[in-house]
Amino acid sequence: MIESAIFYTFGAVLLGAGIGVITARNPVHSAMFLVLAFVTSAFIWMLLEAEFLAIVLVLVYVGAVMVLFLFVVMMLDVKIEQARAGFTRYAPLGIAVVLFIVAMLGIVVWDRTQEMNFLQAPARAAADYSNTEALGELLYTQYVYPFELAAVILLVAIVAAIALTMRRRPGLKVQDVGRQVVVRREDRVRLVNIESEKGE
Amino acid sequence: MIQWFETAWSGLPPALQTTVTITLQIVAILVPLILSVAYLTYAERKIIGYIQNRIGPNRVGFKGLLQPFADVLKLLVKEIVVPAKASKFLFITAPILSIVPALATWAVIPVSPQFVLADINAGVLYVLALTSLGVYGIILAGWASNSKYALLGAMRSAAQIVAYEIAMGFALVGVLMAGGSLNLGAIIEAQSGSALHWFWLPLLPLFMIYFISGVAETNRAPFDVAEGESEIVAGFHVEYSGMAFAVFFLAEYANMILIAALTTSFFFGGWLSPFQSWPVIGDTFLGQSSFFWFALKLSFFLFCFLWFRATFPRYRYDQIMRLGWKVFIPVTIVWLMVEGLLVLFRVGPWFD
Repeated sequence: MIESAIFYTFGAVLLGAGIGVITARNPVHSAMFLVLAFVTSAFIWMLLEAEFLAIVLVLVYVGAVMVLFLFVVMMLDVKIEQARAGFTRYAPLGIAVVLFIVAMLGIVVWDRTQEMNFLQAPARAAADYSNTEALGELLYTQYVYPFELAAVILLVAIVAAIALTMRRRPGLKVQDVGRQVVVRREDRVRLVNIESEKGE
Repeated sequence: MIQWFETAWSGLPPALQTTVTITLQIVAILVPLILSVAYLTYAERKIIGYIQNRIGPNRVGFKGLLQPFADVLKLLVKEIVVPAKASKFLFITAPILSIVPALATWAVIPVSPQFVLADINAGVLYVLALTSLGVYGIILAGWASNSKYALLGAMRSAAQIVAYEIAMGFALVGVLMAGGSLNLGAIIEAQSGSALHWFWLPLLPLFMIYFISGVAETNRAPFDVAEGESEIVAGFHVEYSGMAFAVFFLAEYANMILIAALTTSFFFGGWLSPFQSWPVIGDTFLGQSSFFWFALKLSFFLFCFLWFRATFPRYRYDQIMRLGWKVFIPVTIVWLMVEGLLVLFRVGPWFD
């Protein structure tokens, strides 16, 4: 009873937040709605006993990705009217894409509802069951090669991103901390003993 | 009277009983926490005062002991000014967003061998997730104030917190490898033995990085460029006044206590006694694990926060970034490798 109440409450908040993301007039408000959507979906995952995924969703998406998102959005001076100008032009394409996605989901659900078993909740895990450990065991034994492959692909992406943004302009003055640290007083300061004027 | 309470209590439905118990436990954590925040501000002013050869507050109450309450009262009666063209909702929400994670994280921290509010398996992950949320309060405050100084402070703070969070996360990976669990209680148990069994010794570089990153994460001196008074007035909270400002203040100090508590739990054996396996003294009450040891270690780290503030000049912004990305992250990765070898060869007394 309580569980379904929680589910429907968070489901409603999630939907509301999702609508908020695309209807908010201000990009920062949109980003905050997206944060709300992530947090509520984390709660719903928690209901499914996927506590590792739920916490990591908050940690990665809310704690890191969205922070950088906000960072960028705040720096941009987005003109709302300009962004809205193309709405009617792109609306048919958007609606077509949405219909396509809904159709795909519908086919899958239609196909699957023949065997309803997957809709039943799996048995409750015991209180001392650790979701994290179970995931770790699978990732490092059965799925170790796909896991490593994914890691390498991510590494390639990181290297590519850094390589794309590294620019060396000629004549750019860069501080070399190592050289700053090894500097001694003798390299920079010359003490001159100037004879003071005597008598007039 | 007691009889009456007992009958009334057992008359309640079990779900309600649980709710009431948990609420009382939350109050039992929060009230001492907020009192410690109040007296931490007093301790800060006194300690820094003595370090700088001054007396510090000594007018309100005996030796100035009522000073925190006077400050709170002053802030309470002040007006909250919402700047023109500020995003009002986010302006009010921002302080709340910064205080909530600082308080909610206490749910998983084992304060004594007997008491922890939520003894969950994924405790460390929960801590990481919640502490990463604190930055929203700062960013939103900076943006919603519609002020350039505030925005600059928020940008600095966001970049800094993201950088240092990675180092902190890596340091915690080391703790996980050594403790073999994500549960904070289990991590503390894994350190039992004596003061030499605590993780600070095998994980010394990680401990130092964790604590320094903690200082950076809480925007405390010498990493307080987010509110650098000499450059951007007060940074992200420049437009805040009255209670809204007080909540930011409260959040900063609650975060300091939190970082001190986490450092204690991860690297200094939490509630374990340093005299645990000593010949004579270990059998007395001093050898028992208790809340007393936890509080003592926590106070030491809090003192370090104040000590740093009084003795270090503020870092330059680009140097903060360099330290976080180019020094701390490589050091943690190297030490994780070293630790892997230590675990592999079962180097005692920690990994056998």
